[in-house]
Amino acid sequence: MESSATTTHLMTINMGPQHPSTHGVLRLLLELDGEMIIKATPHIGFLHRGVEKLAEYRTYHQCIPLTDRLDYVAPFSNNLAYALTVEKLLGIDIPERAQHIRVLLCELTRIASHLLWLATHALDIGAMTVFFYCFREREAIYDIFEMVSGARLHLSYIRIGGVAKELPGGFLEKTRKFVAEFPARLKEYETLLTDNPIWKKRTVGVGIISAEDAIDYGLSGPSLRGSGVNWDIRKADPYSCYDKYHFAVPLGENGDVYDRYRVRIEEMRQSNSIVHQAINILPKGDIIASIPNVTLPPKEDVETKMEAMIHHFKLIIQGIRPPKGEVYASIEAPKGELGFYIISDGSSNPYRLKIRPPSFVNLEALPKMVEGRLLPDVVATIGSLDIVLGEIDR
Amino acid sequence: MDTEFIATAIKSNFPQAIIDSNTFRNELTLTIKKEFIVQVARFLKEDKELHFNFLSDLCGVDRVEADGIFEVVYHLYSIDKNHRVRLKVPIPSNELSIPTVTDIWRTANWHERETYDMFGITFTGHPDLRKILTPEDFEGYPLRKDYPIDGRQPPALYGTYRKGKE
Repeated sequence: MESSATTTHLMTINMGPQHPSTHGVLRLLLELDGEMIIKATPHIGFLHRGVEKLAEYRTYHQCIPLTDRLDYVAPFSNNLAYALTVEKLLGIDIPERAQHIRVLLCELTRIASHLLWLATHALDIGAMTVFFYCFREREAIYDIFEMVSGARLHLSYIRIGGVAKELPGGFLEKTRKFVAEFPARLKEYETLLTDNPIWKKRTVGVGIISAEDAIDYGLSGPSLRGSGVNWDIRKADPYSCYDKYHFAVPLGENGDVYDRYRVRIEEMRQSNSIVHQAINILPKGDIIASIPNVTLPPKEDVETKMEAMIHHFKLIIQGIRPPKGEVYASIEAPKGELGFYIISDGSSNPYRLKIRPPSFVNLEALPKMVEGRLLPDVVATIGSLDIVLGEIDR
Repeated sequence: MDTEFIATAIKSNFPQAIIDSNTFRNELTLTIKKEFIVQVARFLKEDKELHFNFLSDLCGVDRVEADGIFEVVYHLYSIDKNHRVRLKVPIPSNELSIPTVTDIWRTANWHERETYDMFGITFTGHPDLRKILTPEDFEGYPLRKDYPIDGRQPPALYGTYRKGKE
């Protein structure tokens, strides 16, 4: 056989949908020249469950569990984005205590989500120890979630108008303990990775995207900020009392895998500080607004009072009827801008519910980042985009 | 957020393109004629004052039963000016096509593919208009209102959805 070094022979290979580093069921069709990637085509939809269609047949309350199953490592953010959209549609105000509880849990969710990202991202690149460390801390957060909502993954803890129930006894102590320990843990991860020459070789200068391209491709969240674009919805359009918190928005410079790594690590530190502030701020008061034809009555009343039971029953069976109109609301989810667009025709089901999932849009830029690079860079780049197929496919 | 000047800017530059404009819950919605969508979109992105450089979302809406139309809805955002606008373009249900905006925002690529997949709306000039979420043999457009919520797909898809079961 002649030497293949001078002849061009392209090979097409399938990466996924059962590849461990595609973080779910993502299939990439790669055209390779040796180890160099000429063309990458993502194929998605393996997890498509028709969430947007299902929502059209459910009442506004019944949609909350559907949202859990979008980005299933950050269910709380999904619940919040959905609830905020419905609340905007209804034009109602949320009690302050509920808002701060939402912020507190949302930031814990961000830490949990980033921990899963760091664990799997590092594992993909070959750093196994980090995986065990991250899962240890993630476990602690999931224990807190279980205390609060009774579930570990699909929390469905937010209700339209507030949250489902009061924080349980012992919650604050447990969270305080976590918050106190976490910065030291973060330092541990950083000792393992940040200046590690192998880690740097695999990540610095890999998967680069410039700021203009990142905006053009619609990137959001840490993937956008890694390229140095300062856009965080918590700052730009504060929801749920975020304007009362002090935190910094970390930015990268080069838009490579390493900068996105640095941004997320720093974000965890900031989130930890927000959780700490939230514990101290947490005001007394109601956890859910009291609006008769919108919010559910307290559970104790439902069990003991006839009127409350009828009220609960009517709301569950007939649902909320928001005014005709359409709204779009978005939050800074761990992955980026998570938006919901709801059209109401005045009935108890959404006429149309569109989800703007950050991972879907972020993944779109993958070919741009990996074409012309080597095969192992694909693994590093997918990891750095932090995608979850549950929200991509919906 | 001041949405007034956004509406005025578009109205003064494209008086014939606007069908309707309204503000609900402080969100500005402009309904644009199909022929003008590319022009308006380009203006919104390139104008120094408006500078809508970020396409948040693009989706379809089925309004056939009430009005005999489909709508394509664009959610635009400006990262440096921090304002938003929603564009709606009605398209008649017997002629389901609209010019693409992929030349203006590259992110529109997948959004338009999804809208094509879910509603059967074609985007003329799109570089790669293929289905994105449903499998190749999938029949129908699932987010249309006349598509049933339950039922079975054709036999070709048994292997995909229910392996081995008739």
